[in-house]
Amino acid sequence: MQDMTSGKPVVTDTTSTILDRAAEAAARATPDTLAKKVRGLSDRMVAWIFIAPTIVLLLAINIFPLIWAIQLSFTNYRANRPNEEIKNVGLQNYSRILNDADTWMAMQATAHFVFWTILLQTLIGFSLAYLIDRKFRGHAFWTTIILVPMMLSPAVVGNFWRFLYEPQIGLFTYIVSFFTGIPTTDILMLSSVKLAPWAIIIVDTWMWTPYVMLICLAGLRSIPDYIYEAAEVDRASNWRQFWSITLPMALPFIMLAVLFRGIENFKMFDMVNLLTGGGPGSTTEVASITLKREAFEKWRTGFSSAFAIILFVAVFGLANIYVKVLNRVKSR
Amino acid sequence: MSAAAHSVVEPSSTSKRIAGTLIILYALISMIPLFWIVATSFKTPPDSIAYPPKILFTPSIEGYCNLFTTRTRQTPEYINALPPAESFCDETVRKRNMVIAGPSNFLPRFLNSVIIAFGSTFCAVFLGTLAAYGFSRFRVPLADDLLFFILSTRFMPPIAVAIPIYLMYREVGLSDTALGMILLYTAVNVSLAVWLLKGFIDEIPREYEEAAMIDGYTRLQAFRKVVLPQATTGIAATAIFCLIFAWNEYAFASLLTSGTAQTAPPFIPTIIGEGGQDWPAVAAGTTVFLVPILVFTVLLRKQLLRGITFGAVRK
Repeated sequence: MQDMTSGKPVVTDTTSTILDRAAEAAARATPDTLAKKVRGLSDRMVAWIFIAPTIVLLLAINIFPLIWAIQLSFTNYRANRPNEEIKNVGLQNYSRILNDADTWMAMQATAHFVFWTILLQTLIGFSLAYLIDRKFRGHAFWTTIILVPMMLSPAVVGNFWRFLYEPQIGLFTYIVSFFTGIPTTDILMLSSVKLAPWAIIIVDTWMWTPYVMLICLAGLRSIPDYIYEAAEVDRASNWRQFWSITLPMALPFIMLAVLFRGIENFKMFDMVNLLTGGGPGSTTEVASITLKREAFEKWRTGFSSAFAIILFVAVFGLANIYVKVLNRVKSR
Repeated sequence: MSAAAHSVVEPSSTSKRIAGTLIILYALISMIPLFWIVATSFKTPPDSIAYPPKILFTPSIEGYCNLFTTRTRQTPEYINALPPAESFCDETVRKRNMVIAGPSNFLPRFLNSVIIAFGSTFCAVFLGTLAAYGFSRFRVPLADDLLFFILSTRFMPPIAVAIPIYLMYREVGLSDTALGMILLYTAVNVSLAVWLLKGFIDEIPREYEEAAMIDGYTRLQAFRKVVLPQATTGIAATAIFCLIFAWNEYAFASLLTSGTAQTAPPFIPTIIGEGGQDWPAVAAGTTVFLVPILVFTVLLRKQLLRGITFGAVRK
């Protein structure tokens, strides 16, 4: 680095420079820890000064509220009645959630949503990545185009999908009716109990397939050419190559995408809240929507805190697995 | 295709053509909703709800007029008695027997989005750069556990976090304030910033700083004058990722802001006209809101992969 050596600080007192250099030379000859103490702030100090603000912020904004939520989850506190006496109810909130038919309905709706979105996104996303990996002319440009939906606000775009789903005037209903012949007035994407769960799956798949595609593409590109060349020499069929090279080698990447989408969709709120608000009835009431209804509409703060803790534990478990896969992919 | 002409791993030209066609087809279909947003924003309200949906229409900026103004219905006599219309919007609105009553809330909400997104991005990138450097260069005790802790905060369900945050902000008077939202978004974004920037800083050879320190720089000077300039690209990419998150965020914003600090995402769905949602105005608001993101996506396209995997996948 040329510009760096020429840009060294101007030190007027030459003796101190010489001393410094001598110290540095001595430091290099001495064990690491001692070397750090020779000059100014020790590295340990610098490290803590650099890291502490982030940790403090996260403790204040994430961990402190979490501890508060844990404490509230054992009470019957209601945020809209702050002056009422707070009673300790022990594990009652937790036992009520686990025995409550409504929360199980919400968990079922969430599972349905998570399962189908992940399945569709993985299938379509991987296929797209596989096609893009054929490296046709202009693939970089079209890849960028395909990536656009995942960058957009799920709330703002999800809200607009309500318009596309309108019976009669909606573009989506019109196109579906055009191809299937079903009258547009019968396609009630958001208000039919049967179709509403699929309405949210379609929007989520439209938005997040590019995400899965991008990670799968990285997986496909991480496979070195010489493995395929060797397979070709061994006269392995394309089919065989796909199952014994492409898929197993891209698998950690696919896992990474699946886990991340799984976590994100498990806590899905914004898009569903704007599209269906959990309706009709509670057919699309995924866990976060239930939580919002309990906490901010019924104001059962203690109860909803307990539910939040349960969700948090589940997500934390998934996140743990995710980080393990992440580190495995990183070492590639 | 002759076997000698192409490498065994290079796809044949037929397979390339098929792949290309399918990808372009998918890309075009996935663009339809976005095309429809922009198209609807230039339609008149009757055109927007026509059956069958109108692909060809006379463009109008009525949607944008309605987005930025509030209007009241008046009698034709009252409107005829008014002085001539001053602006195009005035004229359009009068044709519908209405007069402009004043500006709508869209502009202040949009500005809130700008302030909160930029404020929180600045704080997150500032804290994130320091912490990332700390983790990258020093032997921090329990570094892996701390890094996992930092990342795990990003996975918390927003509604679960919002319940105690709501109570906490109510106690300390941060409810519905830009400062409260900036703090919250900084906390969410700092996890991404630390992980991403650690990846970028890891790539800068340590020898640069070591050489600088031998030349008389202190650790802090070496950080400022050697590492930071080298990390500019990484810092810029990280900043854009943070910006996009804060810009798009809805869950916290809808629960913790209601008035003065409300951002655009919870506001746009509430735009209504007479007798229901004013779709051209909603589409106009959506378009205005999405354009910055489109620009950022193009700028970021090479770093996207890195951003969505917290820096783990680098190509």
